[in-house]
Amino acid sequence: MSDVIKADEIAFRYSEEAPFAVDGVSLAVERGEFLVILGANGCGKSTLAKHFNAILLPTRGTVWVEAMQTSEEAHLYDIRQKVGMVFQNPDNQIVATVVEEDVAFALENLGVPPDEMRKRIDEAMEATDIYKYRERQPHKLSGGQKQRVAVAGVLAMNPDVLVLDEATAMLDPRGRGKIMRTVRRLNQERGITVVHITHYMEEAAMADRVVVMEEGRIAFTGSPKEVFSRAEELRRLHLDIPQTAELCEALTALGFTMPKGVITDEECAQLLFERLTQKQGGGR
Amino acid sequence: MGAIIRTENLSYVYNPAMPDATTAISDISFEMQEHEFLGIIGPTGCGKSTLITHFNGLMRPTSGKVLIDGQDIWADKKEIRKFRFLTGLVFQYPEYQLFEETVEKDIGYGPRNMGLSPQEVDERVRMAADFCGLAPEMLSRSPFELSGGQKRRVAIAGVIAMRPRLLVLDEPAAGLDPEGRDTILEQIKSYHRETGTSVVLVSHSMEDVAKYADKVLVMKDGGIAMYDTTQQIFARAQELLDIGLSVPQITKVFLRLREMGLAIDTDVYTVKYAAETVLRFAEGGDGDAS
Repeated sequence: MSDVIKADEIAFRYSEEAPFAVDGVSLAVERGEFLVILGANGCGKSTLAKHFNAILLPTRGTVWVEAMQTSEEAHLYDIRQKVGMVFQNPDNQIVATVVEEDVAFALENLGVPPDEMRKRIDEAMEATDIYKYRERQPHKLSGGQKQRVAVAGVLAMNPDVLVLDEATAMLDPRGRGKIMRTVRRLNQERGITVVHITHYMEEAAMADRVVVMEEGRIAFTGSPKEVFSRAEELRRLHLDIPQTAELCEALTALGFTMPKGVITDEECAQLLFERLTQKQGGGR
Repeated sequence: MGAIIRTENLSYVYNPAMPDATTAISDISFEMQEHEFLGIIGPTGCGKSTLITHFNGLMRPTSGKVLIDGQDIWADKKEIRKFRFLTGLVFQYPEYQLFEETVEKDIGYGPRNMGLSPQEVDERVRMAADFCGLAPEMLSRSPFELSGGQKRRVAIAGVIAMRPRLLVLDEPAAGLDPEGRDTILEQIKSYHRETGTSVVLVSHSMEDVAKYADKVLVMKDGGIAMYDTTQQIFARAQELLDIGLSVPQITKVFLRLREMGLAIDTDVYTVKYAAETVLRFAEGGDGDAS
């Protein structure tokens, strides 16, 4: 598969005196993948993400979006259209007074013909399940609903890559779950590449690949299962690990050996069921 | 020990008599005893925030009553200010409300408004800062130089400095990373333990409520769905899911085991208790839980 975004040894600091927020990161995002960047506050994950559509330009190193270098201003417009970004605070990214006008905002600026625009905003609102709120005032929606409006606004631009920069951090679990399901579906059904920045481990569990960051660098990377097998390291980085992995760890410590990296409740229940029925019935 | 807060048939309607009139809470009657740690949970839009803004008279009931320490807070409108000091309300993202030049002034804003002497204000600022884990040298700094988690602690200290009898926090951990979340909630818990202040914690996180609250009020569609001790609430995990709340992942594992036909307890909401439950079951000592 081709890489849609590629960061090559990049470093960034906000001012001459400041320490490097991103300090030597090389990372390739494959087309069609669902990548999660996980890390505690201040690890540089958001700063890294802002390099993916040229909001920030690296102090050192290079970022490529397909064949375009983000530092070349001539590509800015194309890069922003290819890589759409949704930010943390839902209240800071709504511009219109009616939901569907907000979703249409970018398209109006691009001069998309009205029929085409109608189709695209309707599709985007359907895909994010906000169609029923299309005539509502955004400020009267919940945070999760507003965030879906923001995702719809980006989606209407037909981006190749959706970057969610802690877009779920201010939402309740239901709002978060809904955004994650929406994004996962867009990833699977439409092949949109997703880069999701978060500190929630349950969201990382849904990824194809997880990158864990620490102090501006990549600490380690792997499948969710691989990453969550490293419970000690995650704790050291002040990250949560799934309760199922914790349970397996606790049981193992008590002499009831369970595997590592059990991250879903289905898998955990299945493993426990097999163990417990064997024990009781002497095997089936 | 009496009820610190009590509501009688409390209802609130936004935009009454307008086409978009919305009943946010409807006919809520409940009471909370002094010194308790109560968790309030419910899906977005269930009326949690509307309910708690009644606890210090920021909102006036459309109908029904709110009693603090046995007194009807709206009995005399002129007296409402008194109740604003009895209940300290920490809103969501309170760090957006910081405005003073220094941390010290910001925390002292409430106590100064209460008309306390400068010495008393100073003492309270220090006490509150200490409870919130803010080092003394931070007091002279601008709140705007601080990290998000620190700013949030300043905002909470500003409310604690008023020494409310009831401290109400709306999602105090929202948006924080796991470490920031644990720090803030631990501080609130130890403040509760050491001062005996009644605490209401509004949260979406079942894990957090499970860990900190003694009792839980579950709201749904503007009303009360359940109100019981934390353990009893989690014993009804399936109902919580039906309401649209998330239950801890570990609880889901046990619900699944039940579905698969194991007669195992499902009132599990901590990892430790989960491990014990599994071992007990494995040893065959706890075959029947239904």
